[in-house]
Amino acid sequence: MLLEVIGVTKRFGGLTAVDDVSFTVESGSIVAIIGPNGAGKSTCFNLISGYYPVTSGKLVFAGEDITHEPMHKIARRGIARTFQTTSLFRSASVLDNAIIGYRMHTQSGLFDALLRTSRARREERESAEHAFEALRFAGIEQYADRIAGSIPQEAQKRLAIAIAVVSKPKLVLLDEPAAGVTSEETVGHADLIRSMAQAGFTVCLVEHKMSLVMGLADRIVVLHHGAKIAEGTPAEVQANDVVIEAYLGAATHA
Amino acid sequence: MPVRPRLFALGAIAIAIVLPLLVRSEYYRQVLVTGYISAIAVYGLNIILGYTGLLTLGHAAFFGIGAYAVALLETRLGVPFWVALAAGCAAAVILGYLVGLVSLRTRGNYFAIFTAAIGVMISIVLTNWQELTGGNIGVLNIPPPAPIGPISFESSLAKYYLVLVALVFAIVICARVRGSLFGRSLIAIAGNEDLARAVGIDVMRAKSAAFMLSTFLAGLAGGMYAIFIGFLGPDSSGLDVTFDMLLYLIVGGVGTLAGPLVGTLVLVILAQFLSGIDQYKFLIFGPMLVLLIMFFPSGIVGGIMQLRGMVRRGAASAPVADAALAQPGAN
Repeated sequence: MLLEVIGVTKRFGGLTAVDDVSFTVESGSIVAIIGPNGAGKSTCFNLISGYYPVTSGKLVFAGEDITHEPMHKIARRGIARTFQTTSLFRSASVLDNAIIGYRMHTQSGLFDALLRTSRARREERESAEHAFEALRFAGIEQYADRIAGSIPQEAQKRLAIAIAVVSKPKLVLLDEPAAGVTSEETVGHADLIRSMAQAGFTVCLVEHKMSLVMGLADRIVVLHHGAKIAEGTPAEVQANDVVIEAYLGAATHA
Repeated sequence: MPVRPRLFALGAIAIAIVLPLLVRSEYYRQVLVTGYISAIAVYGLNIILGYTGLLTLGHAAFFGIGAYAVALLETRLGVPFWVALAAGCAAAVILGYLVGLVSLRTRGNYFAIFTAAIGVMISIVLTNWQELTGGNIGVLNIPPPAPIGPISFESSLAKYYLVLVALVFAIVICARVRGSLFGRSLIAIAGNEDLARAVGIDVMRAKSAAFMLSTFLAGLAGGMYAIFIGFLGPDSSGLDVTFDMLLYLIVGGVGTLAGPLVGTLVLVILAQFLSGIDQYKFLIFGPMLVLLIMFFPSGIVGGIMQLRGMVRRGAASAPVADAALAQPGAN
């Protein structure tokens, strides 16, 4: 098991955002976390990636306890993530964005920069190669020299994924990868996520668009009011009465 | 690949070498050197504010640490200048590390307030610890560096070249940091600290290194100031000096490579022309700054790059159009 979330709870003051949630992510699979607004989906990601400390519970990644590790250490273990609002280094070039994503695999620090050591030059070359590869994978290599904030919205979403995969993580957490893109573009995103799985990445995503999730995920975890109410294959979840009541049912009323 | 910037830099250095031979007036030479010394400190400010996105208000205090270390070691203990300079820079770096240890855990305005407080504290110590620093009288008769072989540093011309070497050194440091992977970590932190953490950058460590580099340059500038002026008072390290440096950086272009030098020289030279009406000079600086921020928020250098981008966009076809919109110093 690549990731085990064991009885994790997160309280903000009196509000319990995530309530005793447990699930696992198997290596090589695509797992989706769904649920109505405020169900605690993004909070879940923020706990796994170390953005927030957990109140109680345990997180185990590749057999090791990562519950209390800081964000950058969790990232270095091989958990990459994107943020709900497309999160980029907006005033840097697209290529530099991807190069920064690869930074965890390079050791050059301040003195390498000042002395232009052979390690710095080698790592710069190596970073650029991996960065180009990631841009090609995400289908945005034509934007390499552009400033990240100036490229189209959909390409920015792809760049966020490129930043996440350039470091070759074991697990990629995608927080609403298709938010704010058109339905045609959503198809393209589904293809991209599928090719991530084919390339050997394990993917865990939070998503509102049911069409995307149902055709993509191997397993689905359903959250409601911070608690897990169902888990299973897309077919099982779609047939689950509790889920229909809480989420799919609510959606048809709306 | 970057042939044109390199040619530009060599041209600028050539001008700087010839300039004091053309400018015969001791006074104007001194103005230039004072500008260069400030520019060295402003390059330090550029690393922490321009590249890393952290507004420090304690910069002049580290300038003061470097200056007083050199002045006191030379006059009280007879330590040779070069050793004193190294000690002054080391003191600024060590203090930068200690201050950073606490202050870098805060974000945004809190960092600015914290560093301002540290700056004021250091400044008060320098003013009031009379036995050590001479208080308001300051340190007098700071000797020039001992000659290296045939090169003596008695004349103002020799000191000019010494300061010029230090300035070029500071610019090279900035240029190398900017193009490096380390520099990209800083740009990542300035642009989006959460994402920087999410891609595995040890934000605290990178910030600490950037902060120490900035205090190093402030200390270096301070050391140069001590021997060039030959006199040192506590007003060299106060909060208003930090604000002057910030003004130079903003006018020149935050985050640009040429900005610190351009902004410093423009304002230092302008201040000379306005020295007759010294107490009213901010009547001119103030509106100028407002206009600059309204129309060229990325300073003189950023503005020129923006205009050049617009000209090129007019001439060439569409693909680079949007890239020109992004200002290099907009982070």
